[in-house]
Order: sequence, then C-alpha cells, then structure tokens
Amino acid sequence: MISRKGVNGLATFDKVKAIIVDQLSVDEADVSLEASFVDDLGADSLDIVELVMALEEEFGLEIPDEEAEKIRTVAMPLNSSKKDSN
Amino acid sequence: MSKRVVITGMGIVSPVGTGLDNFWTALTSGVSGIARITRFDPSDYTTQIAGEVKDFDFSGYIDKKEGRRMDRFSQYAVVAAGMAIEDASLNLDSIDRERTGVIVGSGIGGMETFEDQCRVLVNRGPGRISPFFVPMMIANMAAGQIAIKYGLQGPNITTLTACASSGNALGDAFKLLQRDDADIVITGGTEAPITQLAVAGFCAARAMSTNNDNPQGASRPFDANRDGFVMGEGAAMMVMETLEHAEKRGAQIYAEIVGYGSSCDAYHITAPDPNGKGAANAMKMALKDAALSPAEVQYINAHGTSTPAGDPVEVGAIKNVFGDAAGKLAVSSTKSMTGHMLGAAGAIEGAVCVMAVKENLVPPTINYETPDPECDLDFVPNKARKMNVDVALTNSFGFGGHNVTLAFKKFKA
Repeated sequence: MISRKGVNGLATFDKVKAIIVDQLSVDEADVSLEASFVDDLGADSLDIVELVMALEEEFGLEIPDEEAEKIRTVAMPLNSSKKDSN
Repeated sequence: MSKRVVITGMGIVSPVGTGLDNFWTALTSGVSGIARITRFDPSDYTTQIAGEVKDFDFSGYIDKKEGRRMDRFSQYAVVAAGMAIEDASLNLDSIDRERTGVIVGSGIGGMETFEDQCRVLVNRGPGRISPFFVPMMIANMAAGQIAIKYGLQGPNITTLTACASSGNALGDAFKLLQRDDADIVITGGTEAPITQLAVAGFCAARAMSTNNDNPQGASRPFDANRDGFVMGEGAAMMVMETLEHAEKRGAQIYAEIVGYGSSCDAYHITAPDPNGKGAANAMKMALKDAALSPAEVQYINAHGTSTPAGDPVEVGAIKNVFGDAAGKLAVSSTKSMTGHMLGAAGAIEGAVCVMAVKENLVPPTINYETPDPECDLDFVPNKARKMNVDVALTNSFGFGGHNVTLAFKKFKA
C-alpha cells in the first residue's frame, strides 16, 4: 500500500489514526501502534469490520477476510496493507 | 391478587417539543408541529409536509460513537427513556434490575438506515454494506438499546402492530406488572418515518393530506374538510411500576393505568371495518378490564387521524359503546398538533391521557372549523378545556386492523 500510494510510513499512520479516531470516537493520543482495538480503544467485532472497510476505502485496497479477522492492534492493519503491496 | 399499576415518570420527544413540560405546554396551547419537510427535498412528493422533531440533541444521553450506531428511532427512544427515568427520580443503583423490563412499540424500525444501505447496495455492491446495518434497522433495537444503556435485565419486548404498536406496548407492560412479573417497566413507543421511501409509500397508499400550502392546518381530525393524515415522528416513554414499588420508594404518581383492550377488525389490510366493531370491542374490553361503566369516563383521546374514512368509524364505535353517555364525553385528537406518530402514537397519546387525568386539563382538536354530520361528538374544538377528568381512554388503530384501548384513572390511594 505504502509504495503503491507513494507516501511515507508516517503519513500513512496519520491517515489510519484519523480514521480510527473518527470511527471509534477515541482520543488521538490513545491511538499508538501498540494499542489494542478491543482492550485499549473499546472496539467490538463490528467496529473492527467497519474500520477495515473504511481503511480499504481510504487506501483503495482489499484486506482479505482472513487477515481482517486477525487484526488486534493498530500496527496490524498497517502491516497487513504493507504485505498486500509487496 | 393482581397488582395495581401506576405511571411515575414520562419522557417525550415530539414535533411540538422535547421534554414533558414543553410538550404539554404546546399541546394545551393548541400549537401545531407541522411544517414543510426539511429532512429531504419533498418537491416530487404529493405530500410535502410532516411533523418533524426540531429540537433534538442526544448528546446529554448518548455518546457520539453510540449515537452513530443507532438509527434515529432508537436515539429518540433512548433519550425519551432517559428523560422518563429522571422524571421518575428512579435511582438505577437501588432497583432490582432483573425485575425491571422494557416494552417498546415501533411500527417500522430503522427506516432511514434501511434506505441508506439500500442505496449502498445498489450503487456500490454488497461488500460495502455496514456491519451495523442489521442491528441499527431491526425494530426491536430501541428496546434493546434502552436495556443496554440503563442495565435493565427484566423482560424485554417489542410490540409491532403498525399505528397501534405502542398502545400494545403500554397495555402489555401494564399486564406484566399486574401479574407481578416485574417491579418496573420502561414502556412507550418510537418512530422515525420521515424518510423518502416511507413518505412515498404512504403517498402511494393515498393515506396522507396533500394540503401542502397550509401545513399547520393540514391535520384536521373530524373536520368536514379533512383529507388524510399528516406524518409525525418522535418517542414517548413512561416509567410504569407496581403501586407497591412506587410507594416503597416514595415516588410521585401521575396516574393509574386500569384497563387494556386489544382486538382486530379481521377485515382489510388498510381500511377500517366500516361498522367499527373491532374498535368498539377494544373499548368495551378496556372498560370491562377496568371495571368501569361508560358514564364514568370523561375524556377520550381519539385515534382521529384526520382521514376521511377513519374518523367517522371511530365516532360510530364510540357512540356504540357509550350510548347516551357519548354526548357527555370530551373527545379530542392531539394528532391535529403532533401529526400521526405511527408506532409512537399510542404512547404519546397515553401520555396525554396521563396528563389530562393529573391536571384536569384536556388538550383540544385544533383546525376544527366545519362540522361533519358524520362526526358529531364534542371534539374540544381549538381550545384546551379545564374540566374534571377522573378517567381517560385512548384509542389506537393500525393497518392490519389492530385496535387498542387503554384506560387511565386519577390516582387515589
């Protein structure tokens, strides 16, 4: 994703963070790479599905269901999209 | 022995105002809540007017994220329930939550969500449908959300009988408490039908007024120039509890609910049975349940939707049940001001009866100008009336032929 979009990793993280803040109504400061969606950001399984859809939309990519189901922390969708673009 | 059941708190979200005080002041001042539709451009619709809720802000009751995952009909319900709980001074930490239920009526459910997601399906395909679509749309979610929000673990039920939905909700809550299956039930109705598809559907059914040039005069129940109902929206919730429980916690008591009648026309999907037998049966059943004679009733809040066919049938049914006593009744339709709140109508009009009984004040039927020989009762035209009200009934009838009557009585220990 990063190479495809031609943006650096930091800009991508900021975009992902903005989507998470909006979708989950959380404070920006709480959205670290290590933050757990469920334990730290109060998301449930439906929130994660919606979040994945918003990320797919923003970055014009598809995160396969098997990948999406494994997403636990903020870093994971970033990594999964990186893998996707490799 | 069955328990006595009382109303100890109410919360209102309506086209004439949000909050019980605003609502009651508007209704007893004869204020109309009807205007041109603003939620979408109604130019292509035969009916372009409705009673929209104008002053709604859920932020005091629902946080931003929760709110985004609720259809408007659930937002109205949760806010009205929160207001009712406050009004009843109910301390949720001191009640038995497993004996506190929720019974809410809604005729449709999350129509706005349904339409949004249909557009997504058509324009962008099934992969873009929100995971929140189903839990936002289903009609039982208002009751579910109230229970989740306030931690109420008792019986949780949704009644769905079109425009009689919340009449059934209040009646079923009353019976559940009477047989001691709960101490408290949060009960009422909610509806948010002012959407393109729902308005188009009722336009197609030729059920609504097309008096678009005179929005405030369009809902004119029992008037000779009525031409259909005007859609409203909102929610009304009550804290209903056993008298025993209310007295133990020293609660204020608005009124007692004493009778519930429920029947079906078994006649036609939308038209009322012209002989009004089903409606009459519901009223008779409520009176019998309450052990009241017709002469003991002072006020009826009529279903009175302002349709050419429906209003005279209800008048006929009232005359059939009340006989000579019909002439002494005050009968008003507050839909002249709120519009027809569909699945929320029974609860909002139940709330009107509760207030009428408590305040000895009957809200009017506004826009009553030209008498119709087929509708010849005292409709409390245009001005509220100060009068003694010991017993008030409310009627609610729905597509499918559902009929509900509830009886409320001034509380006497």
